[in-house]
Amino acid sequence: MSQPVLLYPSKPDKVYLFGTCLVDLFYPEAGLAGVDLLEREGIEVIYPQDQTCCGQPAYTSGRNDEARAVAQAQLNLFPGDWPVVVPSGSCAGMMRHHYPKLFEGTEDAEKARKLAARVWDLADFLVNVCQIKLTDTGEPVTIALHTSCSSRREMGVADSGPALLRQLNNVTLVEPAKVTECCGFGGSFAVRHADISGAMANDKVAALAQTGCDRFLSTDCGCLMNLTGVAEKQKTGLSGEHLLSFLWQRSQSNREV
Amino acid sequence: MPQTREDTSQQGHNSAINFQPQVTSALANSQLRGNFDKAMTGLMHKRSSAFADWDLDALRDLGQAVRQRALRQLPDLLEQLESQCQANGIQVHWARDGDEACRVITEICQQRQAKTVIKGKSMVTEEMELNAHLEQRGYSVLESDLGEYIVQMAKETPSHIIMPAIHKNTAEIAELMHSMTGVERREDAHYLTDQARQQLRKKFMQADVGISGVNFAVADSGTLCLVENEGNGRLTTTTPPCHIAVTGIEKVVPSLTDVAPLLSLLTRSATGQSITTYVNMISRPRQPDEKDGPEAVHLVLVDNGRSNIYQDDELAQTLQCIRCGACMNHCPVYTRIGGHAYGTTYPGPIGQVLMPQMLGLDQTPDFASASSLCGSCGEVCPVRIPLPSLLLRLRREAVDGDKTRPSTVPGHGSKRSGLESLIWTLWRVVHRHPTLYRLSTRLASQFRALSPKRLGGWTRYRSAPKLAKTTLHSAMHARSGRQPS
Repeated sequence: MSQPVLLYPSKPDKVYLFGTCLVDLFYPEAGLAGVDLLEREGIEVIYPQDQTCCGQPAYTSGRNDEARAVAQAQLNLFPGDWPVVVPSGSCAGMMRHHYPKLFEGTEDAEKARKLAARVWDLADFLVNVCQIKLTDTGEPVTIALHTSCSSRREMGVADSGPALLRQLNNVTLVEPAKVTECCGFGGSFAVRHADISGAMANDKVAALAQTGCDRFLSTDCGCLMNLTGVAEKQKTGLSGEHLLSFLWQRSQSNREV
Repeated sequence: MPQTREDTSQQGHNSAINFQPQVTSALANSQLRGNFDKAMTGLMHKRSSAFADWDLDALRDLGQAVRQRALRQLPDLLEQLESQCQANGIQVHWARDGDEACRVITEICQQRQAKTVIKGKSMVTEEMELNAHLEQRGYSVLESDLGEYIVQMAKETPSHIIMPAIHKNTAEIAELMHSMTGVERREDAHYLTDQARQQLRKKFMQADVGISGVNFAVADSGTLCLVENEGNGRLTTTTPPCHIAVTGIEKVVPSLTDVAPLLSLLTRSATGQSITTYVNMISRPRQPDEKDGPEAVHLVLVDNGRSNIYQDDELAQTLQCIRCGACMNHCPVYTRIGGHAYGTTYPGPIGQVLMPQMLGLDQTPDFASASSLCGSCGEVCPVRIPLPSLLLRLRREAVDGDKTRPSTVPGHGSKRSGLESLIWTLWRVVHRHPTLYRLSTRLASQFRALSPKRLGGWTRYRSAPKLAKTTLHSAMHARSGRQPS
């Protein structure tokens, strides 16, 4: 059946941040930018130090037993009723949509369902729960946005990136050709089917470059790692950045009084 | 390299589909990639314009409900279809697999002392390699769908379930038709179509038997619906004195009212048309007071693995498919490698889900993994088959990856390797123990200069990812003075 309508909670005093393993290791500044943006909205951010990975790499490799073992270790880290925000569409999708299936029929089923219902994509949370207002403090710039397939199709939050960027007066957002097409990352797909993945990634980078921008943003670290890797290898001069890092940099002096 | 008829003889026998080399050669063929990119981009636009004024979500809900309701009653509906068809004068045959279906069809041809067979487009007959079977027994078989006609001339298999010759451009088709039939080598689609039409027209008149597929079989009226654009379907089913309709058992629906929403979805999803040029409703042979139509009509109901798929509630959703091809048109993998690279009757996402269930996971070892799980296929499927979820299910079965859910698909567990199991065990141990995780990630960051610059297939196209100087865990720990825990 159709995707259920998202019912957003009212703005809470606190949220949990699930940072994701890719942000932890490769893009900590994106996680920190997310924290900064949330704190500026008056929200206290709790980062449980015992978090590791949502389990997605094993889950998409068919290794449900290992995925469940690792996911189970995350289930107890968010005991309060506060929302759990995630700076990456695919990890948010894993927790929101796949945890209930993964734990179905196990003793953790109820716990997993309850956690899943509290999981939000961080950018979507900023737009629709915080109703954030951004003031642009940066120089004029043209950028393209690559929204991850998980954000677009699984989480249904493809509008949040453009909604945030449109608030920045000096930012011109350009749309690459075939904007909804996958960048070719797909986790283990990029290794198991390296040539197909490479062909998709090359096409996506070419489409981004064709917009004439020299910087693109993404909402997902997997896509970002994939596309910046290709752009760098091909020496296109195109650089990529997480949407949250960009938003924080552009609006830093926009402190609440 | 195009898939030839001989290559596909591996299907159903004991040699696994050799996907990787086919992918490599497809990706290196810029002509092929150009042909697919152009065609699929066009089809995506056509589909989206065709649905512009529709509440597509509601229509897809309806399509899904209609198909699921039909499948729930499948055994009863099939019996009803059989008796209704028989009451209408259609002779009904059941075939457990492709070989049995081929035998049934051959027997009908023998009884009629037929020599020539003309065919409308039918994917189920591709499953059973019917043409080869009939030709080996001395029958002349001619495909009458323009795309199939081209593919047959080139001794290839269809590269797409709706547009069999979509891998060829006009220049390639002009060359092929010139060398095979002697027509002028003119890169003009109208000219070439006209030539093919003239050649086919004579054959329709001469054929002893016409063989067609079925889009929907209506149980309560015994009506066989056949959707097509070229009129070849109508000629195939009306001109020869005998018509044999061949269908998978899953195509049955309770009544004609079920056909309307499915038809709306099918033609728009497939080619972006509001309706096809021809919608044939076949319900009986020629009656004494009628001037045309075949004197005998047969229906062959083919199982070929479908009732196995039907046993599992989740996997049974595969059988909802109405064969529109939208999943392949929208698939970034299919678009890049084309249909032949899959080496099976059905390519693209539906093929990746269906073929492992028909042939076994051991015979199709790369199918479930050859997807970025981008979700495009599931998003466009007119009957809401959850293709990405089914791919995940097959990935899990391929490695017997879930102790709480037993595997059921043939060839399950064939991808489970000791080395991968060891890697996943290590991964699990590190990620289940926060202290160990923090220690290893902190060490990785500190010694990031030592991280490898080459990472197999990843660095063939990309630079290696760079670990950050500090982890988010460490950074948040450092900030923790600023916030209460």
